[in-house]
Amino acid sequence: MAARARSARQQQIEQLLLAPINWIEERSGLVSATKRFLFRKVPRDVSWAQTLGSATLTAFLVQLATGVILAMYYRPDPATAYASIQHITNDLTWGWLVRGMHRWGASVFIILMFLHLGRVFLFGAYRYPRELNWLIGVLILVLSLLEGFTGYLLPWDQTSYWATVVGININGTAPILGPFIADFLKGGAEIGTETLARFYSLHMLLIPGGLIALIGLHLYLVTRLGVVSPPWSKEAAGRERDEVETRKRGLVEPRPRGNANRNGSDQA
Amino acid sequence: MNESNEEETRDRGFAEALAPAGFAAGIILALIGLVIAGESNSGWIVLAIGVVLALVFGFSWAYRATRGLRETPEPPPELAAPDVAEEPEDAVAPKRYSRGVFLTGATAGVSGLIGAAVTVPIVGFAVAPAFVGQGERDIDLGPIDNFPQGEFVITTFDYRDNEAPSVNRRTAYIRNNGFINEVPSFTVISNRCTHLGCPVQPAGPTGAPVELETASGPVSLTRVQPANFSCPCHGGAYDTEGNRTAGPPVRALDRYSFLIRNGNLVLSERFSVSEVTGEGANARMKAFKLYPPGTHVDGPDEWMTPWVS
Repeated sequence: MAARARSARQQQIEQLLLAPINWIEERSGLVSATKRFLFRKVPRDVSWAQTLGSATLTAFLVQLATGVILAMYYRPDPATAYASIQHITNDLTWGWLVRGMHRWGASVFIILMFLHLGRVFLFGAYRYPRELNWLIGVLILVLSLLEGFTGYLLPWDQTSYWATVVGININGTAPILGPFIADFLKGGAEIGTETLARFYSLHMLLIPGGLIALIGLHLYLVTRLGVVSPPWSKEAAGRERDEVETRKRGLVEPRPRGNANRNGSDQA
Repeated sequence: MNESNEEETRDRGFAEALAPAGFAAGIILALIGLVIAGESNSGWIVLAIGVVLALVFGFSWAYRATRGLRETPEPPPELAAPDVAEEPEDAVAPKRYSRGVFLTGATAGVSGLIGAAVTVPIVGFAVAPAFVGQGERDIDLGPIDNFPQGEFVITTFDYRDNEAPSVNRRTAYIRNNGFINEVPSFTVISNRCTHLGCPVQPAGPTGAPVELETASGPVSLTRVQPANFSCPCHGGAYDTEGNRTAGPPVRALDRYSFLIRNGNLVLSERFSVSEVTGEGANARMKAFKLYPPGTHVDGPDEWMTPWVS
């Protein structure tokens, strides 16, 4: 008790600090909602493998932050686009750093996403009741690849121009709708001013908007459904299993997961 | 008894599915007819068949769907007391709409209308400009005397007005084949690779470029003696008639149609070619509409792109 005893002065300070937080909580419930989101119960044997999703999210946030700032200096016009990229890289303070973060971060984002996808696949975390989250994840992957495709044109140098010509013409070879998709992407008969402006708008407005919405949905489902134990977990069903049964069923026939069957026996 | 009931249900299910499916098929046929009608009169026949199909099946569908509403349900025998029979409305009472249902429906309908009024122009503006008004303008390349007989000239020109200079240049490889029956003959090959659209390069010694200004803007002419044409992107190779000799391309190089106007060589629409037989003024080929790179213009593969822009 002695250690817990606080002076009236301490309590006063504490109340003062907590007052604005309490004010917000009382009017919105946002503080407790944030706590529920951040301090969720997870299986005891989660590992670094389960951090790939949040790592991908972090990479996406880096892309958002750097992209918003780059948009302040970039000019999506054939006459000035390349010059503005040179200006960002060579003249502006820390421009090389932010553009480099955006350029390399794009690859990091995609690589992390594939690692995350592999983890979910190998852990069987796409199974009931998480199939919908897998589907949303696939949509996020497709939109992210589109981000890569549209962003690649923006430096407007020879590599990006001809790579986009090839990319659009690959779309053009798709059965039935191919020519229409190619013309839509080009914004006309040839790759020109309209294509660059169009790709810029897609790259920084339309696709990121869709990505943010889908990532929000993805996280909501993660929060609602919880995290999956690794397939080798001995506690996956909430209780210890004897060696024989583990070996017998093991990976061949995965055990039921989650906390539904948890009883009190392993609480000691 | 049970079996026949099941069969009956299955038959009815099939009949009920037939009308919507037929209706959809009719609509699709009508749309296809509309597309084809631009080119051949058989499109109008297809359109008419589609409309008739849609009307017949649509009527049948509506007839089946509203049968429950048209037939007054017979009151069950135990309710057939005289006072109930006088007010048949009571028997269908559950079908009446409450105020809440009406307001929900009205809100949804009005919101849908507003949403459509906003969405249609936005989506139309996003999509339509890419397809409307894409006709190619004719390009004046100056006097035909600038094209020496039997030699290729790398010809670079502006392909349209109001475009940034850095993306407005197109290139054609033009060879004057002399006269055939007193009509000038030219081989005009587009430089766009038919694999995926990179610019093919002539392999051979080039002369000094000649710049001139025509009605179509600046034109640059450079004489060249190519052994062949090759693409730097994925290694496609073509002979001097544009036939594919190696690499991934699926057809010969596209060509420009041309005309002579007041002694000037004028380039017109581009067209696609599957293969060229013969050489120079004696070359023979079938002209197809301009297809995207990477697609076949003949054979079964061509069916994959029935409509080209």
